Amino acid sequence: MSGALRAVEPPTLPAPAAAVQTLASSRPESLWADAWKRLRRNRAAVISAAFLAWIVFTAIFAPWLPGMQDPTLQDLKLGAVPPSLAHWFGTDELGRDTFARVVYGGRISLMVGVVATLVSLIVGVSWGAVAGYRGGKTDELMMRFVDILYSLPYIFLVILLLVFFSRSILMLFVALGLVQWLTMARIVRGQVLSLKQQTFVEAARALGAGDAAVIFRHIVPNTLGPVIVYTTLTVPAIILQEAFLSFLGLGVQPPDASWGTLVSDGARVLALFPWLVVFPGLALSLTLFCFNFLGDGLRDALDPQDRRDVL
Amino acid sequence: MSLLAFIARRVLLIIPTLWVIATLTFFLIHAAPGGPFQAERDIPAAAKEQLMRQYGLDQPLVRQYGRFLANAVRLDFGPSYKYPSRQVREIIFEALPVSAELGGWALLLAVLVGVPIGVIAAVKQNSRADYAAMGLALAGVSVPNFVLGPVLVLGLSLTLYLLPPALWQGPESRILPVLTLSTAYIAYIARLTRGGMLEVLRQDYIRTARAKGLGESVVVAKHALRLGILPVVSYIGPAAARIMMGSIVVESIFSVPGLGRYLVNAAFNRDYTLVLGEVLFYASFLMGLNLVIDIAYTRLDPRVELA
Repeated sequence: MSGALRAVEPPTLPAPAAAVQTLASSRPESLWADAWKRLRRNRAAVISAAFLAWIVFTAIFAPWLPGMQDPTLQDLKLGAVPPSLAHWFGTDELGRDTFARVVYGGRISLMVGVVATLVSLIVGVSWGAVAGYRGGKTDELMMRFVDILYSLPYIFLVILLLVFFSRSILMLFVALGLVQWLTMARIVRGQVLSLKQQTFVEAARALGAGDAAVIFRHIVPNTLGPVIVYTTLTVPAIILQEAFLSFLGLGVQPPDASWGTLVSDGARVLALFPWLVVFPGLALSLTLFCFNFLGDGLRDALDPQDRRDVL
Repeated sequence: MSLLAFIARRVLLIIPTLWVIATLTFFLIHAAPGGPFQAERDIPAAAKEQLMRQYGLDQPLVRQYGRFLANAVRLDFGPSYKYPSRQVREIIFEALPVSAELGGWALLLAVLVGVPIGVIAAVKQNSRADYAAMGLALAGVSVPNFVLGPVLVLGLSLTLYLLPPALWQGPESRILPVLTLSTAYIAYIARLTRGGMLEVLRQDYIRTARAKGLGESVVVAKHALRLGILPVVSYIGPAAARIMMGSIVVESIFSVPGLGRYLVNAAFNRDYTLVLGEVLFYASFLMGLNLVIDIAYTRLDPRVELA
């Protein structure tokens, strides 16, 4: 539906990165080495990456960490107590340790984010690459389909899907993945459109490579930069959506709990036990913040045109 | 292409899209297990049959679909299942002003705060002010509104007793919902403005304006802003549709009787007619606004051609 806007969309990256680099340094560096160097200079991105690594580590190894309490262990006599040395983040009404619940909630939130992102990645990249490479009628048809899905009031459809059908985690993946691949398809298509004109593609074809080989062996790897950046930004988007659905009671179902469910449960007893909102909310916000910072940093690092200042 | 032809073409595209949405939603709802009167399962069979007949649910699905389409064209979605005495249309038109007011204020606040922040950050690129503004903007994008809302309530209502924690009565009850709703938009608009301005400030016509001896504030406010704000303009279309149709989360946190809250309740209650009406209404609203934005775009940037 963006027919009129096409003229001012930022131009897709024209030159392969290698050309830019031979100008910049005497010893040619690979795009990745160069990007890595630029990323390391970005302090905010490095701190974000380190923090995320710590969160992911804690989430994965939670059951084996020393001193980690059982998030399902109830202590009804204790009830809800504010943060203390014994319970860093306090406990909930059932006497469950909030710190353990936040860590285990992170397991679910991160898993949903990563798995749904992978789904959107596979579908989006394939769809966009085929549409862009084929061009013509195929492209028109495939992208029109994307346009129509785009204009669906998607959040309503997700709610409908989850209310009317089973609220399983599988349905959650389907519902979340349903949307996220659209933008990915558009990005990849735009990249492919400009890449397929280039001589290395012609060379591959001249050597007798079939369409599938050209697309997935030669073109897709060259779209990796923008794809990586967008993927980094998709994970927090999906975590946020899962939390939003869980907040409405549609996402992760008990006994499982994600950060969204924790915030939602905590919001109900906000006046009495504020720590039940504050800590899960903080964990969720910080994680999203770091993903966004890292995504921004990666965009700056991977974009050979050095658009570090442009959103 | 003339403006009229452009509008006509776009409207012709909107109609089949709406049809696809209507069809998809209709069959999705009817494919779902469980009927709308499940809550009243222990009512006598005869009464249930009577209910089904009253709403035409005993008819074959294709007949129901045909009738639904014919009525939808006339904006008639029938009575709500949950509130049988009320028409879906009535409910929508009653809730819309509430959502629109909440969304309108939030959007206004977002533009009034976000654009200046973005402009300042762009003009003072890579300065401390720039980093601070963009760090804050990223934080604003990252804190979900269902976290921000309760935290604001906790601080401003439950601790300081400054503002009412919920409900939609009196002007001061507007402040917290509007603030909660607009934060993410402020942040995003600031980022968009900065990006747009940076791209524009490098261009030749800006150098020309400076070379003519114009003051920096004139260059920025009159020459650069007009194009630099384009990304914000194209963002505002869908944002306005989303924000005016009611924020589901903000409306439920603060008990605001808007469209978003009705939609969630309707879905939970399996209120078929209300859900269908809301979805279609939202979709047309969204596409209509996008059309308006595309037209506004051409007014701001004469290089864009209608296509």
